[in-house]
Amino acid sequence: MSLARANRRLALRLGLAALLMFGFGFLLSPLYDVFCRVTGLNGKVTNIGAVDGGITVDKQRQVQVQFLAINNEGMPWRFDPEETQISVHPGEQRLAYFVALNPTSRAMVARAVPSIAPAEAASYLHKINCFCFESQALAGSESQRMPLVLMIDPALPAHIKTVTLSYTLFDITSKTVAQREARPESKGVSL
Amino acid sequence: MLTETMAHEHPHGPAPGLMRWVLTTNHKDIGTLYLLFSLIMFLTGGCMALVIRAELFQPGLQLVQPEFFNQMTTMHGLIMVFGAVMPAFVGLANWMIPMMVGAPDMALPRMNNWSFWILPFAFSLMISTLFMEGGAPNFGWTFYAPLSTTYAPPSVTFFIFAVHMMGISSIMGAINIIATILNLRAPGMTMMKLPLFAWTWLITAFLLIAVMPVLAGVVTMMLMDIHFGTSFFDAAGGGDPVLFQHVFWFFGHPEVYIMILPAFGIISHIIPTFARKRLFGYASMVYATSSIAFLSFIVWAHHMFTVGMPLAGELFFMFSTMLIAVPTGVKVFNWVATMYRGSMTFETPMLFALAFVVLFSIGGFSGLMLAIAPVDFQYHDTYFVVAHFHYVLVPGAIFSIMAATYFWLPKWTGNYYNEQLGKWHFWLSFVGVNITFFPMHFIGLAGMPRRIPDYALQFADFNMVASVGAFLFGFSQLLFVYNIIRCVQGGYGAGNQVWEGAEGLEWTLPSPPPYHSFTTPPVLGDQREPI
Repeated sequence: MSLARANRRLALRLGLAALLMFGFGFLLSPLYDVFCRVTGLNGKVTNIGAVDGGITVDKQRQVQVQFLAINNEGMPWRFDPEETQISVHPGEQRLAYFVALNPTSRAMVARAVPSIAPAEAASYLHKINCFCFESQALAGSESQRMPLVLMIDPALPAHIKTVTLSYTLFDITSKTVAQREARPESKGVSL
Repeated sequence: MLTETMAHEHPHGPAPGLMRWVLTTNHKDIGTLYLLFSLIMFLTGGCMALVIRAELFQPGLQLVQPEFFNQMTTMHGLIMVFGAVMPAFVGLANWMIPMMVGAPDMALPRMNNWSFWILPFAFSLMISTLFMEGGAPNFGWTFYAPLSTTYAPPSVTFFIFAVHMMGISSIMGAINIIATILNLRAPGMTMMKLPLFAWTWLITAFLLIAVMPVLAGVVTMMLMDIHFGTSFFDAAGGGDPVLFQHVFWFFGHPEVYIMILPAFGIISHIIPTFARKRLFGYASMVYATSSIAFLSFIVWAHHMFTVGMPLAGELFFMFSTMLIAVPTGVKVFNWVATMYRGSMTFETPMLFALAFVVLFSIGGFSGLMLAIAPVDFQYHDTYFVVAHFHYVLVPGAIFSIMAATYFWLPKWTGNYYNEQLGKWHFWLSFVGVNITFFPMHFIGLAGMPRRIPDYALQFADFNMVASVGAFLFGFSQLLFVYNIIRCVQGGYGAGNQVWEGAEGLEWTLPSPPPYHSFTTPPVLGDQREPI
């Protein structure tokens, strides 16, 4: 009968629409990242890795780069920048160090997640080399100097005089251990 | 096809015994089940609200521990939103939409049975978390990650599955309503002659199909973060907790319109009936409802002005939110214009409808205040927000459901309810609601945060007043229950028409209507345009 067929077809289509919206919910996650990258919102660091040549150092201008180190809730490590503020010329590559100390008696794994303020500056900060790319394991009472090579793009808008680079240190020991136990051959988390 | 087979199986009415209710595919039976379920959930969630208000009667901790208090606020919100308001509207849709459009039953009766019977299981699962180790979910009904992932009690997994189940139920219900309205209208009933309750429900059903899957998606992401080592919302793994709020409110804002659009439909039936005039501006009502539904998808971030959005974002969401006041204003204007120079009488449904118009508008105005991004930084997460959304949900959605119950109860049962008792119920509820929620505006503006079991001394007086009002409102609902029970048992017989000024196909049927109404399509045209 045609009415029953029409009902069934409509129900199937609407069910399919619901299924697509379920997929769309998941799609929001990568879309959000793309949106943040395009607009430079959220202070996410997007320029990582080596910089192409041809950038001239602007000796006329100085930008203050401030470093912040924050422990996430419950993280017992000592985590500090060696210098809290450096002065750089745009276009110049600079090396800075952060120091981490694991004061506990057990081995732990941490990950530092960066954020840049003001968010407008995020797309002008190049990080050539950073400890934040990989997870950091420290045995009990072990300490480590962690290097960071950065460069401010000469195209940084003139009104920005200070850029703050903040790292939050997360304890990912339990996650790493759980994943190692599940898949012995894998090397820690990589997301 | 299904409706026809069913008609052959039971030509003379319902099957006897308890299995009638388990196996039923009849829209009236399923509507009754939904409404009863909703009433039970309303009373359950109401008891939780009274636990909250009893604890907040005085500053300091008297009755419950903060952990349990948090479980109460969370469960109260979840039960009222997903267990009381939404199923009540689906129940009303099941009862009324086939009769309003001149159909014999819902388009997909078997799925209808399924979508109801998932609900008791979903809510048993949800309520059972109260007795689990670590207690029930305690992170608020908005379940922001990582509070609901990293720091959640173990019972969060059961909560996630309960949300999945009620989501499936809502989506199936929505599909059924759309199919009924689009495919089963009586000949001659064009879309612009559709009764407004059917119109608002049609739009609501599309909203449900669009956003309930997103809710299912966000709880699935939580499930994966908790159990499968992903990092959607975990900053340590490269995720972002703010993403949770975006995805949640992408669902959440259309969800609040899901809870109010059917109410607009109900009020648009009741006010013309008791004003004895045709609804003013039928077409503008349809367009206003559609605009509200569209706008609901682009305003979600006004719930999260304080997360650190850029100025452009704050401005966009502020102005798009304020834009919603325009179609809502059109609706309120139309209701008032319908009453203008009408021959009004004030039976219980009309009293509730009038209270709806006034009190919902108050809730709308406080919503406009919250929409102003710069001042929202002060109002955010205070009792002002609690006052705002309770004004739009209790004397908004809940009053419309009560109005609908009194309005259609004589049609469903064939008996008038006790008008005197109905008026008592209304006035006690009206006074109780305002005593409960109006002071919350003041304590919110003065800075009392929401979701806390204890508070600073300067908030004591208004909290005591609010608690007294809550108990008045809560216990006056027993009159409602008693009135319904007495009405079902018997009473003054109602004719087909029930209310003098009522219009629409449902009033051409006997009261109570036969088990299978409109087995042959009714003829339109011997009446005026339906409201």
